[in-house]
Amino acid sequence: MEAFGTADEPVIDVRDLRMRYGTKDVLDGVNFVARRGEVLALLGPNGAGKTTTIEILEGFRMRSAGEVRVLGDDPATGGERWRARLGVVLQSWRDHGKWRVRELLGHLGTYYADYSTSQINRPWPVDELLEVVGLTGQRDTRIGRLSGGQRRRLDVAIGIVGRPELLFLDEPTVGFDVAARREFHDLVHRLTDVDDTTVLLTTHDLDEAEKLADRILILAGGRIVADGSPDELARRVAGETEVRWTRDGSRYVHSAADATGFVRELFAQYGEDIADLEVRPTSLEDTYMTLVRESEAGRAADAVDVFAAVAR
Amino acid sequence: MSAASTALRTGVARGGIEFRQSLTTGLDLWTYLFPSLVALITVFFMRDARVPGTEFSLGASTLPGFLGMNLALTGLATVAQLLVTDREDGTLLRAKAVPTGMSGYLIGKIVLVGGMALVGFVLQLVPALFVVDGLQLDANGWLTLCWLIPLALVATMPLGAVLGSIFDNPRSIGLIMFTMFGLIAISGIFYPITALPGWLQGLGQVFPIYWMGLGMRSAFLPDAMAAVELGGSWRTLEGFGVLGLWAVLGLLLAPVVLRRMARRESGSAVAARREKAMSRAPM
Repeated sequence: MEAFGTADEPVIDVRDLRMRYGTKDVLDGVNFVARRGEVLALLGPNGAGKTTTIEILEGFRMRSAGEVRVLGDDPATGGERWRARLGVVLQSWRDHGKWRVRELLGHLGTYYADYSTSQINRPWPVDELLEVVGLTGQRDTRIGRLSGGQRRRLDVAIGIVGRPELLFLDEPTVGFDVAARREFHDLVHRLTDVDDTTVLLTTHDLDEAEKLADRILILAGGRIVADGSPDELARRVAGETEVRWTRDGSRYVHSAADATGFVRELFAQYGEDIADLEVRPTSLEDTYMTLVRESEAGRAADAVDVFAAVAR
Repeated sequence: MSAASTALRTGVARGGIEFRQSLTTGLDLWTYLFPSLVALITVFFMRDARVPGTEFSLGASTLPGFLGMNLALTGLATVAQLLVTDREDGTLLRAKAVPTGMSGYLIGKIVLVGGMALVGFVLQLVPALFVVDGLQLDANGWLTLCWLIPLALVATMPLGAVLGSIFDNPRSIGLIMFTMFGLIAISGIFYPITALPGWLQGLGQVFPIYWMGLGMRSAFLPDAMAAVELGGSWRTLEGFGVLGLWAVLGLLLAPVVLRRMARRESGSAVAARREKAMSRAPM
Protein backbone atom coordinates (compact mmCIF):
# COMPACT_ATOMS: atom_id res chain seq x y z
CA MET A 1 0.00 0.00 0.00
CA GLU A 2 1.18 3.48 -0.85
CA ALA A 3 1.18 6.06 1.86
CA PHE A 4 0.39 8.77 -0.67
CA GLY A 5 -1.20 11.79 0.84
CA THR A 6 -3.84 13.86 -0.81
CA ALA A 7 -2.75 16.91 -2.76
CA ASP A 8 -3.43 19.28 0.11
CA GLU A 9 -1.58 17.26 2.73
CA PRO A 10 1.70 19.01 3.54
CA VAL A 11 4.89 17.36 2.31
CA ILE A 12 6.73 18.65 5.36
CA ASP A 13 4.96 19.53 8.59
CA VAL A 14 7.13 20.70 11.48
CA ARG A 15 5.62 21.72 14.81
CA ASP A 16 7.53 23.00 17.80
CA LEU A 17 10.72 21.23 16.77
CA ARG A 18 13.41 21.40 19.42
CA MET A 19 16.99 20.29 19.44
CA ARG A 20 19.29 20.53 22.40
CA TYR A 21 22.99 19.69 22.48
CA GLY A 22 24.06 19.48 26.09
CA THR A 23 22.65 22.65 27.61
CA LYS A 24 22.47 24.61 24.36
CA ASP A 25 19.15 24.87 22.53
CA VAL A 26 20.00 24.94 18.84
CA LEU A 27 16.37 24.72 17.74
CA ASP A 28 13.88 26.35 20.03
CA GLY A 29 10.42 25.66 18.66
CA VAL A 30 10.62 25.61 14.87
CA ASN A 31 7.32 25.58 12.95
CA PHE A 32 6.77 25.42 9.23
CA VAL A 33 4.94 23.61 6.46
CA ALA A 34 5.92 22.77 2.88
CA ARG A 35 3.32 22.03 0.23
CA ARG A 36 3.69 19.90 -2.81
CA GLY A 37 5.81 21.37 -5.61
CA GLU A 38 7.12 24.23 -3.49
CA VAL A 39 10.77 25.27 -3.43
CA LEU A 40 11.62 26.36 0.10
CA ALA A 41 14.83 28.04 1.17
CA LEU A 42 15.84 27.80 4.79
CA LEU A 43 17.94 30.91 5.20
CA GLY A 44 19.95 31.98 8.20
CA PRO A 45 23.32 33.01 9.55
CA ASN A 46 25.96 30.33 10.13
CA GLY A 47 25.23 28.28 13.20
CA ALA A 48 21.51 29.10 13.19
CA GLY A 49 20.55 25.42 13.05
CA LYS A 50 19.80 25.02 9.33
CA THR A 51 21.83 21.84 8.92
CA THR A 52 20.45 20.38 12.14
CA THR A 53 16.91 21.02 10.89
CA ILE A 54 17.48 19.44 7.49
CA GLU A 55 19.25 16.42 8.99
CA ILE A 56 16.32 15.81 11.33
CA LEU A 57 13.94 15.94 8.35
CA GLU A 58 16.20 13.58 6.37
CA GLY A 59 16.02 11.08 9.22
CA PHE A 60 19.77 11.33 9.82
CA ARG A 61 19.49 12.94 13.24
CA MET A 62 17.19 12.38 16.22
CA ARG A 63 15.28 15.42 17.48
CA SER A 64 14.97 16.33 21.15
CA ALA A 65 11.26 17.19 20.97
CA GLY A 66 8.45 18.28 18.68
CA GLU A 67 6.21 16.89 15.95
CA VAL A 68 7.72 16.21 12.54
CA ARG A 69 5.99 14.69 9.51
CA VAL A 70 7.79 14.25 6.21
CA LEU A 71 5.71 12.75 3.39
CA GLY A 72 3.27 11.68 6.06
CA ASP A 73 5.78 9.76 8.19
CA ASP A 74 7.97 10.50 11.18
CA PRO A 75 11.56 10.67 9.86
CA ALA A 76 12.84 9.10 13.07
CA THR A 77 11.03 5.87 12.21
CA GLY A 78 10.63 6.14 8.43
CA GLY A 79 11.15 2.81 6.68
CA GLU A 80 12.78 1.94 3.36
CA ARG A 81 9.62 2.74 1.38
CA TRP A 82 9.62 6.20 2.92
CA ARG A 83 13.34 6.58 2.23
CA ALA A 84 12.74 5.72 -1.43
CA ARG A 85 10.52 8.80 -1.84
CA LEU A 86 13.24 11.18 -0.63
CA GLY A 87 16.29 12.52 -2.37
CA VAL A 88 19.27 13.83 -0.48
CA VAL A 89 21.97 15.76 -2.27
CA LEU A 90 25.15 15.15 -0.32
CA GLN A 91 28.40 17.00 -0.71
CA SER A 92 30.78 14.53 -2.23
CA TRP A 93 34.40 14.60 -1.33
CA ARG A 94 36.28 11.58 -2.60
CA ASP A 95 33.80 8.73 -2.18
CA HIS A 96 33.39 6.17 -4.98
CA GLY A 97 36.49 7.58 -6.68
CA LYS A 98 37.11 4.35 -8.61
CA TRP A 99 33.56 4.07 -9.92
CA ARG A 100 32.58 5.36 -13.32
CA VAL A 101 29.80 7.93 -13.51
CA ARG A 102 27.27 5.80 -15.33
CA GLU A 103 28.18 2.71 -13.31
CA LEU A 104 27.47 4.39 -9.96
CA LEU A 105 24.24 6.05 -11.09
CA GLY A 106 23.01 2.78 -12.58
CA HIS A 107 23.91 0.89 -9.41
CA LEU A 108 22.29 3.36 -7.02
CA GLY A 109 19.22 3.42 -9.24
CA THR A 110 18.64 -0.31 -8.78
CA TYR A 111 17.88 0.24 -5.09
CA TYR A 112 14.78 2.18 -6.13
CA ALA A 113 13.46 -0.31 -8.67
CA ASP A 114 11.03 -1.90 -6.18
CA TYR A 115 9.46 1.39 -5.27
CA SER A 116 7.80 2.48 -8.51
CA THR A 117 4.20 3.62 -8.22
CA SER A 118 1.45 4.19 -10.73
CA GLN A 119 2.47 7.86 -10.95
CA ILE A 120 6.23 7.60 -10.58
CA ASN A 121 8.46 5.22 -12.46
CA ARG A 122 11.62 4.58 -10.45
CA PRO A 123 14.52 4.86 -11.00
CA TRP A 124 15.23 7.61 -13.50
CA PRO A 125 16.72 5.96 -16.66
CA VAL A 126 20.46 6.58 -16.37
CA ASP A 127 21.14 7.98 -19.82
CA GLU A 128 18.22 10.38 -19.57
CA LEU A 129 19.44 11.51 -16.15
CA LEU A 130 22.97 12.06 -17.43
CA GLU A 131 21.47 14.27 -20.13
CA VAL A 132 19.50 16.30 -17.57
CA VAL A 133 22.54 17.06 -15.40
CA GLY A 134 24.84 17.50 -18.40
CA LEU A 135 27.21 14.61 -17.73
CA THR A 136 26.63 12.59 -20.89
CA GLY A 137 30.19 13.32 -22.01
CA GLN A 138 31.57 12.01 -18.71
CA ARG A 139 29.50 8.83 -18.51
CA ASP A 140 32.53 6.55 -18.53
CA THR A 141 34.86 8.83 -16.58
CA ARG A 142 36.16 7.70 -13.22
CA ILE A 143 34.49 9.79 -10.55
CA GLY A 144 37.85 10.62 -8.98
CA ARG A 145 38.81 12.41 -12.22
CA LEU A 146 35.76 14.71 -12.44
CA SER A 147 36.14 18.45 -11.99
CA GLY A 148 34.57 20.08 -8.94
CA GLY A 149 31.56 21.33 -10.90
CA GLN A 150 31.01 17.96 -12.59
CA ARG A 151 31.15 16.24 -9.21
CA ARG A 152 28.46 18.49 -7.83
CA ARG A 153 26.27 17.75 -10.83
CA LEU A 154 26.83 14.08 -10.11
CA ASP A 155 25.82 14.71 -6.49
CA VAL A 156 22.55 16.16 -7.75
CA ALA A 157 22.07 13.25 -10.15
CA ILE A 158 22.55 10.79 -7.26
CA GLY A 159 20.07 12.79 -5.20
CA ILE A 160 17.37 12.53 -7.87
CA VAL A 161 18.06 9.10 -9.40
CA GLY A 162 15.13 7.67 -7.43
CA ARG A 163 12.78 10.38 -8.74
CA PRO A 164 12.14 11.80 -5.28
CA GLU A 165 8.93 13.52 -4.31
CA LEU A 166 10.96 15.61 -1.88
CA LEU A 167 14.54 16.73 -2.41
CA PHE A 168 16.90 18.06 0.27
CA LEU A 169 19.84 20.31 -0.60
CA ASP A 170 22.08 21.40 2.25
CA GLU A 171 24.22 24.44 1.35
CA PRO A 172 24.35 23.23 -2.25
CA THR A 173 26.69 25.88 -3.68
CA VAL A 174 29.26 26.37 -0.92
CA GLY A 175 32.65 26.84 -2.55
CA PHE A 176 31.24 27.47 -6.04
CA ASP A 177 32.52 30.18 -8.32
CA VAL A 178 30.01 32.47 -10.01
CA ALA A 179 29.69 30.39 -13.18
CA ALA A 180 29.26 27.10 -11.32
CA ARG A 181 26.65 28.67 -9.09
CA ARG A 182 24.59 29.92 -12.02
CA GLU A 183 24.84 26.53 -13.71
CA PHE A 184 23.60 24.89 -10.53
CA HIS A 185 20.67 27.27 -10.20
CA ASP A 186 19.65 26.50 -13.78
CA LEU A 187 19.74 22.81 -12.94
CA VAL A 188 17.45 23.23 -9.92
CA HIS A 189 15.01 25.26 -12.02
CA ARG A 190 14.97 22.54 -14.65
CA LEU A 191 14.20 19.92 -11.99
CA THR A 192 11.32 21.79 -10.47
CA ASP A 193 9.91 22.61 -13.90
CA VAL A 194 9.93 19.03 -15.13
CA ASP A 195 8.58 17.26 -12.06
CA ASP A 196 6.34 18.28 -9.23
CA THR A 197 9.27 17.85 -6.85
CA THR A 198 9.18 19.65 -3.53
CA VAL A 199 12.58 21.09 -2.66
CA LEU A 200 13.99 22.19 0.69
CA LEU A 201 17.36 23.85 0.51
CA THR A 202 19.46 25.55 3.13
CA THR A 203 21.69 28.49 2.37
CA HIS A 204 23.26 31.46 4.05
CA ASP A 205 23.28 33.25 0.73
CA LEU A 206 20.40 35.68 0.28
CA ASP A 207 20.87 35.98 -3.41
CA GLU A 208 20.59 32.23 -3.80
CA ALA A 209 17.42 32.04 -1.71
CA GLU A 210 15.87 34.84 -3.77
CA LYS A 211 16.76 33.19 -7.08
CA LEU A 212 15.65 29.67 -6.26
CA ALA A 213 12.87 29.77 -3.72
CA ASP A 214 9.13 30.23 -3.96
CA ARG A 215 9.17 30.80 -0.23
CA ILE A 216 11.90 31.78 2.20
CA LEU A 217 12.07 30.76 5.85
CA ILE A 218 14.50 32.77 7.93
CA LEU A 219 15.95 30.79 10.81
CA ALA A 220 17.59 32.83 13.53
CA GLY A 221 18.12 32.16 17.18
CA GLY A 222 16.63 28.66 16.86
CA ARG A 223 13.26 29.90 15.50
CA ILE A 224 11.67 30.72 12.18
CA VAL A 225 11.51 34.51 12.36
CA ALA A 226 10.00 35.05 8.91
CA ASP A 227 8.15 32.93 6.37
CA GLY A 228 7.02 34.22 2.99
CA SER A 229 7.87 34.82 -0.66
CA PRO A 230 10.88 37.07 -1.32
CA ASP A 231 8.53 39.96 -2.21
CA GLU A 232 6.33 39.48 0.84
CA LEU A 233 9.35 39.47 3.11
CA ALA A 234 10.72 42.64 1.59
CA ARG A 235 7.36 44.41 1.98
CA ARG A 236 6.83 43.10 5.47
CA VAL A 237 9.57 44.99 7.20
CA ALA A 238 9.57 48.50 5.88
CA GLY A 239 6.92 48.95 3.27
CA GLU A 240 8.88 52.09 2.40
CA THR A 241 10.87 52.89 -0.67
CA GLU A 242 14.02 54.94 -0.81
CA VAL A 243 14.10 57.85 -3.29
CA ARG A 244 17.37 59.64 -4.14
CA TRP A 245 17.88 62.61 -6.41
CA THR A 246 20.03 65.68 -6.92
CA ARG A 247 18.91 69.28 -7.36
CA ASP A 248 21.20 72.24 -7.92
CA GLY A 249 24.23 70.04 -7.18
CA SER A 250 22.90 68.88 -3.78
CA ARG A 251 22.02 65.26 -3.01
CA TYR A 252 18.70 64.32 -1.38
CA VAL A 253 17.41 61.10 0.13
CA HIS A 254 13.84 60.46 1.19
CA SER A 255 11.92 57.37 2.37
CA ALA A 256 8.38 57.23 1.08
CA ALA A 257 5.54 54.77 1.53
CA ASP A 258 4.03 55.93 -1.79
CA ALA A 259 7.08 56.40 -3.99
CA THR A 260 5.17 57.05 -7.19
CA GLY A 261 3.13 59.83 -5.64
CA PHE A 262 6.20 61.34 -4.04
CA VAL A 263 8.12 61.43 -7.33
CA ARG A 264 5.10 62.99 -9.14
CA GLU A 265 5.05 65.74 -6.51
CA LEU A 266 8.78 66.19 -6.86
CA PHE A 267 8.61 66.77 -10.60
CA ALA A 268 5.56 68.99 -10.29
CA GLN A 269 7.46 71.21 -7.89
CA TYR A 270 10.95 71.32 -9.44
CA GLY A 271 10.52 70.01 -13.01
CA GLU A 272 13.77 70.05 -14.95
CA ASP A 273 15.93 70.77 -11.90
CA ILE A 274 15.67 67.13 -10.77
CA ALA A 275 18.54 64.88 -11.87
CA ASP A 276 20.08 61.44 -11.01
CA LEU A 277 16.75 60.08 -9.79
CA GLU A 278 16.88 56.66 -8.13
CA VAL A 279 13.91 54.77 -6.71
CA ARG A 280 14.96 51.73 -4.72
CA PRO A 281 12.51 49.40 -2.93
CA THR A 282 13.69 47.84 0.31
CA SER A 283 15.87 44.89 -0.68
CA LEU A 284 15.60 41.40 0.73
CA GLU A 285 18.98 42.01 2.26
CA ASP A 286 17.66 44.95 4.27
CA THR A 287 14.76 42.79 5.40
CA TYR A 288 17.01 39.94 6.33
CA MET A 289 19.34 42.14 8.37
CA THR A 290 16.42 43.71 10.19
CA LEU A 291 14.73 40.41 10.96
CA VAL A 292 17.86 38.71 12.20
CA ARG A 293 18.76 41.73 14.29
CA GLU A 294 15.28 41.90 15.81
CA SER A 295 15.20 38.22 16.66
CA GLU A 296 18.55 38.45 18.32
CA ALA A 297 17.85 41.67 20.19
CA GLY A 298 16.84 39.81 23.31
CA ARG A 299 19.82 37.51 23.18
CA ALA A 300 22.73 39.82 23.83
CA ALA A 301 25.25 37.02 24.12
CA ASP A 302 24.37 35.43 20.79
CA ALA A 303 23.79 38.67 18.93
CA VAL A 304 27.51 39.33 18.52
CA ASP A 305 27.97 36.07 16.61
CA VAL A 306 25.01 36.75 14.39
CA PHE A 307 26.14 40.25 13.51
CA ALA A 308 29.54 38.89 12.68
CA ALA A 309 27.98 36.26 10.43
CA VAL A 310 25.61 38.71 8.76
CA ALA A 311 28.31 41.28 8.23
CA ARG A 312 30.40 38.91 6.16
CA MET B 1 10.38 -8.33 -5.08
CA SER B 2 11.07 -8.08 -1.38
CA ALA B 3 13.45 -5.59 0.16
CA ALA B 4 15.70 -8.40 1.40
CA SER B 5 16.19 -9.93 -2.04
CA THR B 6 16.81 -6.49 -3.57
CA ALA B 7 19.44 -5.77 -0.94
CA LEU B 8 21.05 -9.12 -1.66
CA ARG B 9 20.99 -8.65 -5.43
CA THR B 10 22.26 -5.06 -5.39
CA GLY B 11 24.79 -5.90 -2.68
CA VAL B 12 26.25 -8.76 -4.69
CA ALA B 13 26.35 -6.50 -7.75
CA ARG B 14 28.09 -3.83 -5.71
CA GLY B 15 30.65 -6.30 -4.38
CA GLY B 16 31.26 -7.59 -7.89
CA ILE B 17 31.89 -4.09 -9.26
CA GLU B 18 34.24 -3.20 -6.42
CA PHE B 19 36.04 -6.53 -6.70
CA ARG B 20 36.62 -5.92 -10.40
CA GLN B 21 37.87 -2.41 -9.58
CA SER B 22 40.31 -3.87 -7.05
CA LEU B 23 41.72 -6.12 -9.79
CA THR B 24 42.17 -3.27 -12.25
CA THR B 25 43.56 -0.51 -10.03
CA GLY B 26 47.33 -0.27 -9.63
CA LEU B 27 47.43 0.42 -5.92
CA ASP B 28 44.96 -2.36 -5.15
CA LEU B 29 46.92 -4.86 -7.21
CA TRP B 30 49.89 -4.10 -5.02
CA THR B 31 47.88 -5.12 -1.93
CA TYR B 32 47.34 -8.49 -3.63
CA LEU B 33 50.93 -8.89 -4.82
CA PHE B 34 52.76 -7.69 -1.73
CA PRO B 35 51.74 -10.59 0.58
CA SER B 36 52.43 -13.08 -2.17
CA LEU B 37 55.92 -11.61 -2.61
CA VAL B 38 56.45 -11.87 1.15
CA ALA B 39 55.32 -15.50 1.04
CA LEU B 40 57.66 -16.24 -1.82
CA ILE B 41 60.66 -14.59 -0.17
CA THR B 42 59.94 -16.22 3.19
CA VAL B 43 59.73 -19.76 1.84
CA PHE B 44 62.70 -19.13 -0.43
CA PHE B 45 65.04 -18.33 2.45
CA MET B 46 63.61 -21.10 4.64
CA ARG B 47 63.58 -23.77 1.93
CA ASP B 48 66.74 -25.56 3.05
CA ALA B 49 66.16 -25.23 6.80
CA ARG B 50 64.46 -28.13 8.55
CA VAL B 51 61.67 -28.14 11.10
CA PRO B 52 63.57 -28.95 14.36
CA GLY B 53 63.54 -32.69 15.03
CA THR B 54 62.33 -33.61 11.55
CA GLU B 55 63.58 -33.80 7.98
CA PHE B 56 60.72 -31.58 6.78
CA SER B 57 61.38 -28.24 5.02
CA LEU B 58 60.80 -25.27 7.33
CA GLY B 59 59.74 -23.18 4.35
CA ALA B 60 57.08 -25.69 3.36
CA SER B 61 55.73 -25.87 6.91
CA THR B 62 55.64 -22.07 7.28
CA LEU B 63 53.62 -21.43 4.11
CA PRO B 64 50.26 -22.83 5.33
CA GLY B 65 50.50 -20.80 8.54
CA PHE B 66 51.23 -17.73 6.47
CA LEU B 67 48.11 -18.39 4.37
CA GLY B 68 46.00 -18.72 7.50
CA MET B 69 47.44 -15.53 8.94
CA ASN B 70 46.63 -13.56 5.80
CA LEU B 71 43.04 -14.79 5.78
CA ALA B 72 42.70 -13.49 9.33
CA LEU B 73 44.37 -10.20 8.43
CA THR B 74 42.06 -9.71 5.46
CA GLY B 75 39.01 -10.43 7.55
CA LEU B 76 40.04 -8.18 10.41
CA ALA B 77 42.23 -5.39 9.11
CA THR B 78 40.93 -4.99 5.54
CA VAL B 79 37.33 -4.89 6.67
CA ALA B 80 38.15 -2.42 9.45
CA GLN B 81 40.12 -0.23 7.08
CA LEU B 82 37.45 -0.21 4.37
CA LEU B 83 34.83 0.73 6.91
CA VAL B 84 36.86 3.57 8.40
CA THR B 85 37.73 5.08 5.02
CA ASP B 86 34.21 4.63 3.65
CA ARG B 87 32.85 6.36 6.68
CA GLU B 88 35.30 9.22 6.41
CA ASP B 89 34.77 9.92 2.73
CA GLY B 90 30.98 9.69 2.82
CA THR B 91 30.51 6.38 0.97
CA LEU B 92 28.56 5.04 3.92
CA LEU B 93 26.36 8.12 4.14
CA ARG B 94 25.43 7.66 0.47
CA ALA B 95 24.45 4.09 1.29
CA LYS B 96 22.35 5.37 4.15
CA ALA B 97 20.54 7.83 1.89
CA VAL B 98 19.14 5.14 -0.46
CA PRO B 99 16.53 2.54 0.48
CA THR B 100 18.10 -0.71 1.82
CA GLY B 101 21.42 0.91 1.01
CA MET B 102 23.14 -0.12 4.23
CA SER B 103 22.33 -3.80 3.72
CA GLY B 104 23.48 -3.53 0.13
CA TYR B 105 26.67 -1.86 1.28
CA LEU B 106 27.46 -4.58 3.84
CA ILE B 107 26.71 -7.44 1.48
CA GLY B 108 28.88 -5.72 -1.10
CA LYS B 109 31.75 -5.52 1.39
CA ILE B 110 31.40 -9.22 2.25
CA VAL B 111 31.56 -10.14 -1.44
CA LEU B 112 34.50 -7.80 -2.04
CA VAL B 113 36.55 -8.97 0.93
CA GLY B 114 35.68 -12.62 0.30
CA GLY B 115 36.89 -12.25 -3.27
CA MET B 116 40.04 -10.44 -2.15
CA ALA B 117 40.78 -13.17 0.40
CA LEU B 118 40.40 -15.99 -2.15
CA VAL B 119 42.48 -14.30 -4.85
CA GLY B 120 45.11 -13.45 -2.25
CA PHE B 121 45.12 -17.05 -1.06
CA VAL B 122 45.75 -18.44 -4.54
CA LEU B 123 48.37 -15.79 -5.34
CA GLN B 124 50.28 -16.61 -2.18
CA LEU B 125 50.01 -20.37 -2.54
CA VAL B 126 50.69 -21.12 -6.18
CA PRO B 127 54.04 -19.35 -6.80
CA ALA B 128 55.41 -20.66 -3.50
CA LEU B 129 54.61 -24.24 -4.54
CA PHE B 130 57.35 -23.94 -7.16
CA VAL B 131 59.92 -23.12 -4.49
CA VAL B 132 59.27 -25.77 -1.85
CA ASP B 133 58.36 -29.43 -1.87
CA GLY B 134 56.45 -31.48 0.63
CA LEU B 135 53.05 -29.74 0.65
CA GLN B 136 50.21 -32.05 -0.21
CA LEU B 137 46.49 -31.58 -0.47
CA ASP B 138 44.60 -34.85 -0.22
CA ALA B 139 40.83 -35.31 -0.02
CA ASN B 140 40.92 -34.63 3.70
CA GLY B 141 42.91 -31.48 3.12
CA TRP B 142 40.37 -30.18 0.60
CA LEU B 143 37.59 -30.93 3.05
CA THR B 144 39.43 -28.95 5.72
CA LEU B 145 39.82 -25.96 3.36
CA CYS B 146 36.13 -26.13 2.53
CA TRP B 147 35.09 -25.41 6.09
CA LEU B 148 38.15 -23.60 7.35
CA ILE B 149 38.24 -20.74 4.82
CA PRO B 150 34.57 -19.76 5.17
CA LEU B 151 34.72 -20.17 8.96
CA ALA B 152 37.88 -18.08 9.10
CA LEU B 153 36.14 -15.27 7.22
CA VAL B 154 32.98 -15.49 9.33
CA ALA B 155 35.10 -15.46 12.49
CA THR B 156 37.06 -12.37 11.46
CA MET B 157 34.96 -10.13 9.19
CA PRO B 158 32.31 -9.19 11.75
CA LEU B 159 35.07 -8.40 14.23
CA GLY B 160 36.81 -6.31 11.60
CA ALA B 161 33.53 -4.44 11.09
CA VAL B 162 33.31 -3.84 14.84
CA LEU B 163 36.86 -2.47 14.90
CA GLY B 164 36.12 -0.29 11.87
CA SER B 165 33.01 1.09 13.58
CA ILE B 166 34.75 1.90 16.84
CA PHE B 167 37.70 3.74 15.35
CA ASP B 168 36.77 7.00 13.68
CA ASN B 169 40.10 8.03 12.27
CA PRO B 170 42.06 6.47 9.41
CA ARG B 171 45.19 6.95 11.47
CA SER B 172 43.93 4.51 14.09
CA ILE B 173 44.27 1.82 11.42
CA GLY B 174 47.97 1.98 12.28
CA LEU B 175 47.08 1.05 15.84
CA ILE B 176 44.97 -1.89 14.64
CA MET B 177 47.79 -3.12 12.42
CA PHE B 178 50.29 -2.79 15.26
CA THR B 179 48.09 -4.97 17.46
CA MET B 180 47.76 -7.50 14.63
CA PHE B 181 51.53 -7.77 14.30
CA GLY B 182 51.75 -8.40 18.02
CA LEU B 183 49.18 -11.18 17.71
CA ILE B 184 50.97 -12.70 14.73
CA ALA B 185 54.20 -12.82 16.74
CA ILE B 186 52.58 -15.01 19.40
CA SER B 187 50.52 -17.13 16.99
CA GLY B 188 53.24 -19.52 15.84
CA ILE B 189 53.19 -18.38 12.22
CA PHE B 190 56.86 -17.78 11.53
CA TYR B 191 58.30 -19.97 14.25
CA PRO B 192 56.71 -22.68 16.39
CA ILE B 193 54.47 -21.55 19.23
CA THR B 194 56.10 -24.28 21.33
CA ALA B 195 59.22 -22.08 21.52
CA LEU B 196 57.30 -19.37 23.42
CA PRO B 197 56.91 -19.16 27.21
CA GLY B 198 53.78 -20.87 28.51
CA TRP B 199 51.74 -17.77 29.23
CA LEU B 200 52.30 -16.42 25.70
CA GLN B 201 51.28 -19.80 24.29
CA GLY B 202 48.06 -19.50 26.27
CA LEU B 203 47.44 -15.96 25.05
CA GLY B 204 48.17 -16.89 21.43
CA GLN B 205 45.61 -19.68 21.57
CA VAL B 206 42.85 -17.29 22.59
CA PHE B 207 42.94 -15.50 19.23
CA PRO B 208 41.87 -16.81 15.82
CA ILE B 209 45.21 -16.32 14.04
CA TYR B 210 46.89 -19.28 15.74
CA TRP B 211 44.00 -21.61 14.94
CA MET B 212 43.85 -20.55 11.33
CA GLY B 213 47.56 -21.20 10.94
CA LEU B 214 47.18 -24.59 12.62
CA GLY B 215 44.15 -25.49 10.53
CA MET B 216 46.00 -24.63 7.32
CA ARG B 217 48.97 -26.74 8.38
CA SER B 218 46.64 -29.65 9.03
CA ALA B 219 45.30 -29.30 5.49
CA PHE B 220 48.63 -29.02 3.68
CA LEU B 221 51.17 -30.94 5.78
CA PRO B 222 51.58 -34.69 6.21
CA ASP B 223 49.88 -35.98 9.35
CA ALA B 224 53.23 -36.92 10.86
CA MET B 225 53.99 -33.19 11.21
CA ALA B 226 51.26 -32.90 13.86
CA ALA B 227 53.82 -34.30 16.26
CA VAL B 228 55.62 -30.93 16.54
CA GLU B 229 52.43 -29.02 17.38
CA LEU B 230 51.17 -28.33 20.88
CA GLY B 231 49.73 -31.57 22.26
CA GLY B 232 51.14 -33.44 19.27
CA SER B 233 47.85 -33.10 17.39
CA TRP B 234 46.12 -30.88 14.80
CA ARG B 235 43.37 -30.35 17.39
CA THR B 236 40.80 -29.89 14.62
CA LEU B 237 37.83 -29.92 16.95
CA GLU B 238 39.33 -27.30 19.28
CA GLY B 239 40.20 -25.12 16.28
CA PHE B 240 36.66 -25.38 14.96
CA GLY B 241 35.35 -24.52 18.44
CA VAL B 242 37.55 -21.45 19.00
CA LEU B 243 36.91 -20.03 15.53
CA GLY B 244 33.21 -20.80 15.96
CA LEU B 245 33.13 -18.88 19.25
CA TRP B 246 34.80 -15.87 17.65
CA ALA B 247 32.27 -16.09 14.80
CA VAL B 248 29.35 -16.11 17.24
CA LEU B 249 30.82 -13.24 19.22
CA GLY B 250 31.38 -11.19 16.06
CA LEU B 251 27.94 -11.91 14.64
CA LEU B 252 26.32 -10.90 17.93
CA LEU B 253 28.35 -7.71 18.33
CA ALA B 254 28.60 -6.48 14.76
CA PRO B 255 24.92 -5.68 14.07
CA VAL B 256 24.63 -3.69 17.29
CA VAL B 257 27.85 -1.74 16.78
CA LEU B 258 27.24 -1.21 13.06
CA ARG B 259 23.73 0.07 13.66
CA ARG B 260 24.94 2.48 16.31
CA MET B 261 27.70 3.69 14.02
CA ALA B 262 25.34 4.09 11.04
CA ARG B 263 22.82 6.02 13.10
CA ARG B 264 25.42 8.68 13.78
CA GLU B 265 26.29 9.25 10.14
CA SER B 266 25.08 12.55 8.72
CA GLY B 267 26.21 15.19 6.29
CA SER B 268 27.66 17.31 9.06
CA ALA B 269 29.58 14.34 10.53
CA VAL B 270 31.20 13.71 7.15
CA ALA B 271 31.87 17.44 6.68
CA ALA B 272 33.56 17.60 10.09
CA ARG B 273 35.82 14.67 9.20
CA ARG B 274 36.66 16.24 5.87
CA GLU B 275 37.66 19.45 7.59
CA LYS B 276 39.83 17.51 10.01
CA ALA B 277 41.48 15.58 7.20
CA MET B 278 42.07 18.76 5.20
CA SER B 279 43.70 20.47 8.15
CA ARG B 280 46.20 17.68 8.71
CA ALA B 281 46.96 17.07 5.03
CA PRO B 282 46.40 20.11 2.81
CA MET B 283 45.39 18.95 -0.66
